[in-house]
Amino acid sequence: MPSILQDYLPIVIFMSLCMFITLLLILPPLLIAPKNPDPEKLSPYECGFEPFDDARSKFDIRFYLVAILFIIFDLEVAFLFPWALVFGDIGLFGFFSMMLFLGILTIGFIYEWKKGALEWD
Amino acid sequence: MFPVLLFYIFSLAIIASALMVIFSKQPINSVLFLIFSFINAAGIFLLAGAEFLALIMVIVYVGAVAVLFLFVIMMLDFNPDTIKKEVGKHLYVGLFIGFILFLEIILMMYSPELFSYEYQIVGNTVKTSLTNTEILGNLIYTEYFLQFQISGFILLVAMIGAIVLTLRHRDYVRRQIVSDQVARDPKLSIELVDIKLKIRK
Repeated sequence: MPSILQDYLPIVIFMSLCMFITLLLILPPLLIAPKNPDPEKLSPYECGFEPFDDARSKFDIRFYLVAILFIIFDLEVAFLFPWALVFGDIGLFGFFSMMLFLGILTIGFIYEWKKGALEWD
Repeated sequence: MFPVLLFYIFSLAIIASALMVIFSKQPINSVLFLIFSFINAAGIFLLAGAEFLALIMVIVYVGAVAVLFLFVIMMLDFNPDTIKKEVGKHLYVGLFIGFILFLEIILMMYSPELFSYEYQIVGNTVKTSLTNTEILGNLIYTEYFLQFQISGFILLVAMIGAIVLTLRHRDYVRRQIVSDQVARDPKLSIELVDIKLKIRK
């Protein structure tokens, strides 16, 4: 058994405990509780009146833009982790390699700042 | 014994949730099962000793890509009933592509030398005191300098592309510009008008 698996043993125990408790809460009602569905019970309940519209409505595209920009900077940070860990070993070349990478992304960051993509009207 | 058991649990969960991605009726459930299969893939990476990849898998795929998928599904505004009709049209194309992918996996298992000259790496364990993340770090920034910079450019292109495609400023929205508000002058903003009054008889 590799040593890193022993480090993750608490997480495995935690996850399996989570799974166990969730199943304990979900399974008995599924198996025991009485079920008599009819169209009125299954229809969406909206404070007593008839539902105005379908729940699947269109969302603003700006949510998507925020998510994409988040992913890009998320990946940038993901590249920073191993770099920070071996900072002493890779020398000046490794340092400037990262600086170039960050510089390229900073161009994009300035672009989106100036474009107003980070503003929510 | 215990890692082997975990491997089977993770891989069974991946297969089951991948099947549920395809067969669940609600697209939103498909995405949730996709997230579950990502998490299990992270578990398999962890079992293989790829600690960094496992956690990046959770951060990037579960934290970011899955959120993107959720947004796409919320924005597309589709009806499960119309999808059923549409599936029949594209079924043969999908089956064809799936068949090719399946053949590729079979090929990879039986003749890995077709895909890479360095296939011997698979299965060889490297004895080192460094952690997985440190080994990656020693390689990415120096040995694979070019690929690393290309990934930076790809991220830049993605950033600019997303902004060009989706950013639309609305002119009717009145933004608050603090400096303009502070610089307002009573002489410019208030106008005094003499009104001639008529006395009505």
